[in-house]
Amino acid sequence: MAKILIFPSNSLILSDLVARFGHEPLTLMRVIRKKITEVGIDSPPINVTPEDPKKGLKYAAVDVPSGVRGRMALLDPLIEEAEAAIIVHEADYSFGCMGCARTNELVKYIVRNKDIPRLELVYPTNDDEARVFVRKIRDFCESLTHKAEVIA
Amino acid sequence: MASDEITKMVVLAESSPILPSELALRAYELSTDAVVKETCYGLIVTGSEQAVNETIEELRKLDPSGIFVKDRGFPPGDSRRCRAVRGGGPRPGFHQLEKESAILPSISYGLETIEDPLDVKQQKKRDKLKIDRFIEIIEEQSKEDVNG
Repeated sequence: MAKILIFPSNSLILSDLVARFGHEPLTLMRVIRKKITEVGIDSPPINVTPEDPKKGLKYAAVDVPSGVRGRMALLDPLIEEAEAAIIVHEADYSFGCMGCARTNELVKYIVRNKDIPRLELVYPTNDDEARVFVRKIRDFCESLTHKAEVIA
Repeated sequence: MASDEITKMVVLAESSPILPSELALRAYELSTDAVVKETCYGLIVTGSEQAVNETIEELRKLDPSGIFVKDRGFPPGDSRRCRAVRGGGPRPGFHQLEKESAILPSISYGLETIEDPLDVKQQKKRDKLKIDRFIEIIEEQSKEDVNG
């Protein structure tokens, strides 16, 4: 079972399909859960620990808007753990402020530079595109399973 | 909430014949330790990881290609997310769910037909228009215009 970074990282469809095809989706919701349930961490918005800015600074300089660094602090554990990635473009709901837009660009850039298997797709808009979409994700997940078996 | 508890959202595709109330009834029948909340899109299931996963595994059997599951960070009714406490308005995450729900029937269809070969006719439709055919269309159209 490989840990697959999905982008958009809160996608219902991607997390479901990855889990359905036998792998572990790395989603933002797990990071959020940790942030709000771990003992010793306060409730939002004062749950920023001293470690978070350091994580953000790994990816972006200090003069980059704090929104980008804050978001990168949440996404850091996902990027670190990722053994493969599925990136979906043209997701309407990932549209947002400049902090969101730049973070989205930065995450895609970091994943592309990481030496991991990667699948890039576009969100389907009809049944035929959805069939191809599902099939490509299935084939990608199966290729990861075969790869893991060969290494073992 | 204990930190070992997890929460998952069960979302029904519009094309699914199952109703959220049927899902909730089935979840109660299972009598696991998971707590279930019925919503307009499906269910929120919360509890220990084992109980939640067992419940979802059984629920999926009702409609394997029409039931979708994802993690949720906040437990149900959490005051930091609950609209009753925050003064109304869409719950954070609602717009994402709304957008993705719209294409769930297509994804569901994709899962149902995953083993079927892709339709050759549909693939042909997407091919670019051949230049010969394009010239024919222009000639036909110009003849019609002259006659008309």
